[in-house]
Amino acid sequence: MRIKCPLCGDRDSREFTPMGHETYLDRPNDETWSPAWDTYLHLRDNPAGVTRELWYHGAGCASWLCVERDTVTHDILRVELARDAKRGTA
Amino acid sequence: MRIEGKGRIDVATPVKFSFDGQGYTGFQGDTLASALLASGVKLVGRSFKYHRPRGVLTAGSEEPNAMVEIGHGAAQVPNVRATVQEIYGGLIATSQNRMGPLAYDLLSVNDLFPNFLSAGFYYKTFMWPRAFWEKIYEPVIRRAAGLGSLSGQHNPDHYEKAFAHCDILVVGSGPTGLMAALTAARGGADVILCEESNDFGGRLLSENEEIDGQPAADWIAEMLDALRDTGRVRLMSRTTVTGAYDQGTYGALERVGLHVNGPADLPKECFWRINARQAVLAAGALERPLAFPMNDRPGIMMASAVRSYLHRYGVAAGRKVTVFATNDDAHRTALDLMACGVEIAGVVDARADAKAQGDYPLFAGAEVITTKGRKALSEITIRHNGSEQKIATDCLAMSGGWNPTLHMTCHMNSRPVWNEEIAGFVPADDAVPGLIPAGACKGTYSTAGCLAEGVAAATQALSALGGKTPDIEIPQASDAVGGSKPLWLVSGKGRAWLDFANDVTSKDIKLAAQEAFTSVEHMKRYTTQGMAPDQGKNSNIGALAILADATGRAIPETGTTTYRPPFVPVSIAAFGAGAQGKGFAPERFTTSHDAGTERGAPMIPAGLWYRPSYFPRPGETTWRQSCDREVTMTRNAVGICDVSTLGKIDIQGPDAGAFLDFVYTNMFSTLKVGRVRYGLMLREDGHVMDDGTTARLGESHYVMTTTTAAAGEVMKHLDFIQQCHRSDLNVRFISVTEQWAQFSIVGPKSRELLNGLLDAPIDNDSFPYMGCGEVSVMGVQARLFRISFSGEHAYEIAVPSRYGDALYRQLVMQAETLGGGAYGMEALNVMRIEKGFITHSEIDGRVVPFDIGMDRMISAKKMCVGKPATTREALKETDRPQLVGLKPVGAVKELTAGAQLFAEDAAAIREKVQGYTTSVGFSPALGHFIGLGFLADGPNRMGEVVKMVDHVRKVETRVEICSPVFLDPEGEKLRG
Repeated sequence: MRIKCPLCGDRDSREFTPMGHETYLDRPNDETWSPAWDTYLHLRDNPAGVTRELWYHGAGCASWLCVERDTVTHDILRVELARDAKRGTA
Repeated sequence: MRIEGKGRIDVATPVKFSFDGQGYTGFQGDTLASALLASGVKLVGRSFKYHRPRGVLTAGSEEPNAMVEIGHGAAQVPNVRATVQEIYGGLIATSQNRMGPLAYDLLSVNDLFPNFLSAGFYYKTFMWPRAFWEKIYEPVIRRAAGLGSLSGQHNPDHYEKAFAHCDILVVGSGPTGLMAALTAARGGADVILCEESNDFGGRLLSENEEIDGQPAADWIAEMLDALRDTGRVRLMSRTTVTGAYDQGTYGALERVGLHVNGPADLPKECFWRINARQAVLAAGALERPLAFPMNDRPGIMMASAVRSYLHRYGVAAGRKVTVFATNDDAHRTALDLMACGVEIAGVVDARADAKAQGDYPLFAGAEVITTKGRKALSEITIRHNGSEQKIATDCLAMSGGWNPTLHMTCHMNSRPVWNEEIAGFVPADDAVPGLIPAGACKGTYSTAGCLAEGVAAATQALSALGGKTPDIEIPQASDAVGGSKPLWLVSGKGRAWLDFANDVTSKDIKLAAQEAFTSVEHMKRYTTQGMAPDQGKNSNIGALAILADATGRAIPETGTTTYRPPFVPVSIAAFGAGAQGKGFAPERFTTSHDAGTERGAPMIPAGLWYRPSYFPRPGETTWRQSCDREVTMTRNAVGICDVSTLGKIDIQGPDAGAFLDFVYTNMFSTLKVGRVRYGLMLREDGHVMDDGTTARLGESHYVMTTTTAAAGEVMKHLDFIQQCHRSDLNVRFISVTEQWAQFSIVGPKSRELLNGLLDAPIDNDSFPYMGCGEVSVMGVQARLFRISFSGEHAYEIAVPSRYGDALYRQLVMQAETLGGGAYGMEALNVMRIEKGFITHSEIDGRVVPFDIGMDRMISAKKMCVGKPATTREALKETDRPQLVGLKPVGAVKELTAGAQLFAEDAAAIREKVQGYTTSVGFSPALGHFIGLGFLADGPNRMGEVVKMVDHVRKVETRVEICSPVFLDPEGEKLRG
């Protein structure tokens, strides 16, 4: 599998490590524990289809990336820097 | 026997080899199978379960019978197919799966009890008596089980792995593949052509065909020249493409050095990962055996294989040959053999309307119903026109039709589609993105059809790449296919084999259906059909046809099992090339490594780093002696330790302080320049991720340390925070772990030692406890930090790595003159336990700040990562295991880490666990073992005696709960 890093180009997937769904980008503002924190840390959908995940290019440029990927066909549809990614889509 | 003038072997180059200790001679280009057949050897192995005598069945990698061991000693390789192994001078081959000599295998007694050894027999036996399971049944079964043997020694052979990229990958070099490769190359694509065999040409090498009016062999030679002339084709022979993976990645196994007696460093195999933008599958087809009683004897072979041995190797597989077929194609076997003067005893064709294609006896509408000749076929019995007839024969060439080799199209979970016309499965459309099947693997069996489809497939691939379509003339060839009818089972007395390799017969498949294992996936596992090294290439379709019939379904409805890579077995050594021994993981060495090994320090791994365990001095014979001495020496005088491996992260920018405030629980933006502070870092779920010290070297400049093994994780975490949560902050950071060599100088004489080396002396004002700054040591700019992991007056000094070795040696020498010296990991660990300093042994991912008494380190003034999660009620309950110290108080004095803690009178069972030990060591100062651990409500149980039980090491010790700080609780030594 290869991921096209926006800065480095097409690279072998072994240069990257996955973290999980892009939900991790939306850190709740609550200062104490809340349902929003519970959702943020513990609740996830598990779609058979398109999902958006966060990957770290640890063996490359150290960028965090948002990867839109189909979990059934393994197609990678879109890769962008996490800091540029629009949240809450797909 | 050898037919003069036939075959592509080099008769001018004889090759001597041995099989089962007997010497034979073949020719360059022979496989082990062809050379043995030429020498009249029929018996090559024993079947898996019944230990029946077996001979060569095929001429390819799908061979289920002729599996042998090649070589001897450490380099011995089991389960090599004699049909693939090319002979070389001095090759040593040995038959497998027998007890005693091949001709008199003692385990053939199994063949007397087929009714007791049918499919799944082991689910119904070996149950009683229970006492026999471990002592009798298991050892006996283990000895009898398995196929082939390993030497048990380290494999000295070399293997390689490699990567390649191309525009179009062509799999197979028969007529389809050659035309596809030429079309692709002429269209401007970079092409890789993979061919499993040692010679290009595919099936054309084994038939008597003409293309464009010339012998196929000449046409192949011309095609190869044309391919080379394009300058864009990489020809890879002896290379099997093993699997299709995501995004146009293909695995391929190249046999680099298995066919020669090469130099020691010639790799045996190379495993390739090929990234192809498009691919053409021209993998051909495999002939189907026929299921009739006693169809597994040596001398019963595939008709296409008999032709391969004749045309490729000049070998006649028998002297009096019969053919049993259900199609016109197989009759060619008789014609080709007759043309070489070999006697044909008859062609038995199950089709009542079969026509003879030459002057040989034809038995139309007939079936073979049994055979004779245990170690070599001698006779067959046919049922013809209502009566039985015996025919003397030493080679029966059988053909039940052909199965397209479509496996790779199903590697991404597609299922093939049943084609009634060829009575076989063909690939589903678009089964693997970018992989275009063509020719026989798609069900097109005529040579003309294959040539045309090769061009069409490559053209389709070129268009997908946006390339031009070249003008390729399709050569003239036969477009005949011939008639064919399926015959799934001949009824009669005696077992009919489906899976030769796992000894599965038609009886077993019917038994599976009878016992309600009617799904094809269940039938496979229950009978083990299709689970042998040939992975069902010779039996899948035949078996599922019988299952379909037994369960009243049609074949498409019954379906196929899942096809998975690899297409042929791949040695673990090839997959893992480069990763054996020290290749498994990188080794990271400190700048003091050599100095350490010179002093005889054993090195232990810490992550990928190697660090010295202890430094033995003359007279010290155990590690404990050295460790005790190093601890005492350091606390009384001075000790030197290399701490370079701890992660160091350089953090700069106007918002560096604010950034650290967010990642640490405590405040760092208020830390004064020239000061160091201990920091606690949490995960977002409130659990401790790491701890360390961070120094402020300037207004916008900090240096953070992390624990050795977590450095990478912390960097990843910081990158995530900075890029995703706090991109509003103006801060940059980078790992400088390897750029600075760092050493701790520990003990009452530490300042004295430093002032003997620094260019300007320091004192308690210039460097108070937890101070830091730049210094110059022997002319080199360095950083000095007054921090302590031992509770002693201590410093850490950092210099650019290139000075590390020199500085370390100087420090140790200086220390020794002051009555001290170097200390290692064991002593470091004892000293920090004596002071209750935690490491990842304590903060193992399950621990929150409350558990280690650091709740108050979470600043109330600011947000930080993990803070909201720490407010959860359950994370503050007093019955949580919390950090305590432990010391032995009974007769047993030993403490171990990883043991459980129980109330003194409680049973040492899971339900009664109250805590666990994490770190232990012998304290020379106190004269006994001390430990750290976690105990429910620990801080409120000081003085209580509990029971430490180590179930693995079988140690049980009464321990008293005490403060984790065993020495100098006021910390007076730190501040001198």
